[in-house]
Amino acid sequence: MEQIRRKRRKAFVEEKACVACGCCAKVCPVSAISVWKGITAKVDQSKCVGCGKCAAECPASVISIREVEA
Amino acid sequence: MCSGMSGIRDQYPGGGSMKSEKKWYDYLWIASAAYLILGFFNIMFAWLGLLCFFIPLLISVIKGNKGYCNRYCGRGQLFALLGGRFGLSRKKDIPGWMKSRWFRYGFLIFFFVMFFQMLWTTWLVFAGASDLHQTVKLLWTIRLPWNWAYHGTLIHEGMAQFAFGFYSVMLTSTILGLFTMVLFKPRSWCVYCPMGTMTQLICRVKNKEN
Repeated sequence: MEQIRRKRRKAFVEEKACVACGCCAKVCPVSAISVWKGITAKVDQSKCVGCGKCAAECPASVISIREVEA
Repeated sequence: MCSGMSGIRDQYPGGGSMKSEKKWYDYLWIASAAYLILGFFNIMFAWLGLLCFFIPLLISVIKGNKGYCNRYCGRGQLFALLGGRFGLSRKKDIPGWMKSRWFRYGFLIFFFVMFFQMLWTTWLVFAGASDLHQTVKLLWTIRLPWNWAYHGTLIHEGMAQFAFGFYSVMLTSTILGLFTMVLFKPRSWCVYCPMGTMTQLICRVKNKEN
């Protein structure tokens, strides 16, 4: 039987280029992204639903939405 | 990427509803707008702008985070409002060089140099070596007459010189911020904001120590 592989979308932060402004955290509907120690935004992958709001908001455009294996 | 985003709040009741509750600090954009307006009437209000310098620095030094940028920055909120809700932004990606480290730190250094030059001008007035310039300098070059906003000072003319200089810094950075807001994303200013770069640097150093 062929196995059905489900893919999910998640947000990924290019941490080196993040300016830690927190715009992403403000728009996340599930509070999955937050600014870690004033250095960079970090995504809680277990909470992220991959909606892309943070990526659209990020003024530096350092957040991307990628498909990952569920 | 953005399709179906609006339904997300309904799908995930745990996240959505709480987010829409506004806190007092979500209205600090009013303070930022008021600050710029007050400077048109009495330049001495420019002194209040020091809050935007000391609060973020104190938060980063004491708490080791960017709570100011993340929550309290009224200027960021103002850009988010104008560029977001009012639609005054193209919402395009900022060019790569503008988010590069050399540009961000370079702009911070440039900003510092200009700031100290402003302090020097203030010092000259305090020392009596120079007269008070009742002007606001836009983009570090264009001198605008601003004498209508000067109604004398109680202590020393140097206090007014600092106010003119500081207001110039604030107005210049607002103009740059508005410019990049229109061209790129609403809060593009945050990418190269000298205070943001400096507080992030402080957080980096501080959290490395611990």
